[in-house]
Amino acid sequence: MSSIITRRTLVTGAAVGAGVLLTGCDKIAANPEARKILFMGEDMNRGLQRALTNRNALVPEFSPAQMSPIFRSNGTRDPGTPDYTAMVANNFADYRLQVGGLVGRPLSVTLPQLRQMPSRAQITRHDCVEGWSAIGKWQGPKLGALLNAAQIRDSARYVVFTCADLYGGTPYYESVDLVDAFHPQTILAWALNDQVLDVAHGAPVRLRVERQLGYKHAKYVMRIDAVDSLAGIGKGKGGYWEDNVDYDWYAGI
Amino acid sequence: MNDPTAPMIIKRHRMATRVWHWVTVVTMFIMIGSGIGILKAHPRLYWGAYGANFDSAWTTLDQWPSWLVTLLNLLTIPASYNLAISRRWHLLFALVLAFALLGFMIVSLINKHFQRDLRVRAAELSPREVAHDVKEHLAFRFHDPKRPGAYNILQKLSYVVTIFVLIPVMILTGLTMSPGMDAAWPWLLDVFGGRQSARSIHFIAATGLVLFIIVHLALVILAGAWNELRSMITGRWHVPPHAPEDAA
Repeated sequence: MSSIITRRTLVTGAAVGAGVLLTGCDKIAANPEARKILFMGEDMNRGLQRALTNRNALVPEFSPAQMSPIFRSNGTRDPGTPDYTAMVANNFADYRLQVGGLVGRPLSVTLPQLRQMPSRAQITRHDCVEGWSAIGKWQGPKLGALLNAAQIRDSARYVVFTCADLYGGTPYYESVDLVDAFHPQTILAWALNDQVLDVAHGAPVRLRVERQLGYKHAKYVMRIDAVDSLAGIGKGKGGYWEDNVDYDWYAGI
Repeated sequence: MNDPTAPMIIKRHRMATRVWHWVTVVTMFIMIGSGIGILKAHPRLYWGAYGANFDSAWTTLDQWPSWLVTLLNLLTIPASYNLAISRRWHLLFALVLAFALLGFMIVSLINKHFQRDLRVRAAELSPREVAHDVKEHLAFRFHDPKRPGAYNILQKLSYVVTIFVLIPVMILTGLTMSPGMDAAWPWLLDVFGGRQSARSIHFIAATGLVLFIIVHLALVILAGAWNELRSMITGRWHVPPHAPEDAA
């Protein structure tokens, strides 16, 4: 008899314990001090990946036969602002990509100039933070070449992208460090699957930072700034999603 | 002194085993809960390198029975959908899971826990032995009266599969989903057949772990809940008085 009660007590105890643990997890995630520990995982993963693996390793590239039949879009599919709509209407003739911040020579680059720069074409896999993947062919100049042309200063540590699409009234923004900015596969793509980049996928220019998740690949890039700290950008965490919904700044995992 | 009714106490589990067990209990709980949260962001699974909404999925959440979806909702960390926080939990405790397993494996090789307790001998795998053990399980007899402290063959196999196959597959398929790791270790993609296949295998192996946990808990309860639980806390285990063998 007693063993039946024991079993029941144990099963009940386990269920109650699980419930306490579950609500405990949510309490922990709401406590500022505990959050710091929870959020340490990002730095630990970044540190481990950077320390144990080759910083210049290239992501696998695929053959045309391995591409997704349909490359879905997500995030902003059309910025829809008057300024952007006007740019689309005259085929981005008025578009200027501004490169500034900690550079010796600020640039203002037209789309034809960008397309004339030596470009890299790569068939790579795009991984959304949600879990899906799509394979497509991207083409554009290396970000590193543009930063060198602008004579990026030694004091620069991050590169910040400001975009034409608005989130809550402010432009989308993202940032990467110089390891990823100068990675050979980090490009400013103006073409997808051998077509001029369309509005849904980030026309006229979209960042490809292949070793990180999709939200780092800023679409509709308008400005590129070299900075020494992310403190003054948005709320200081380096990107719209990082600042507003706790996404990891390092999205290599 | 040889009073057959007096309980005999043996030292069942070493400190390293006990610490790893409970660290992994908490870690598994968090990994399953936060993993469900991440799955909900895109509850479709594919085979191959790519897979998104326009591609054909081999399973999607809307095909699953409603009791399962309810159960998944109950276990999700955090309780209300938040992909960013689910990922924070998952990617921090992934490190705990992986390094705790690594430490446990090293210590268990040194203290010979693996060689002594988990090594499967060819003779144990003979159909006769396995059939005998199945029969013993069905009769709720879990210990060989001659060697009560030893694991039986079904127990050994389930622990070996969990420790050397399921958890390592979870860790490696998890790494395969990291775009950074795919650049550093592209062989991961070859081993698992692409990122979306790795994601599918991750969930299949997770299901295997959940089944292991259910069977493990059921057998702990059947074998004598408090005695088994105490042995994993203090290490001390009362050898159960065995029923007369001649009943059969």
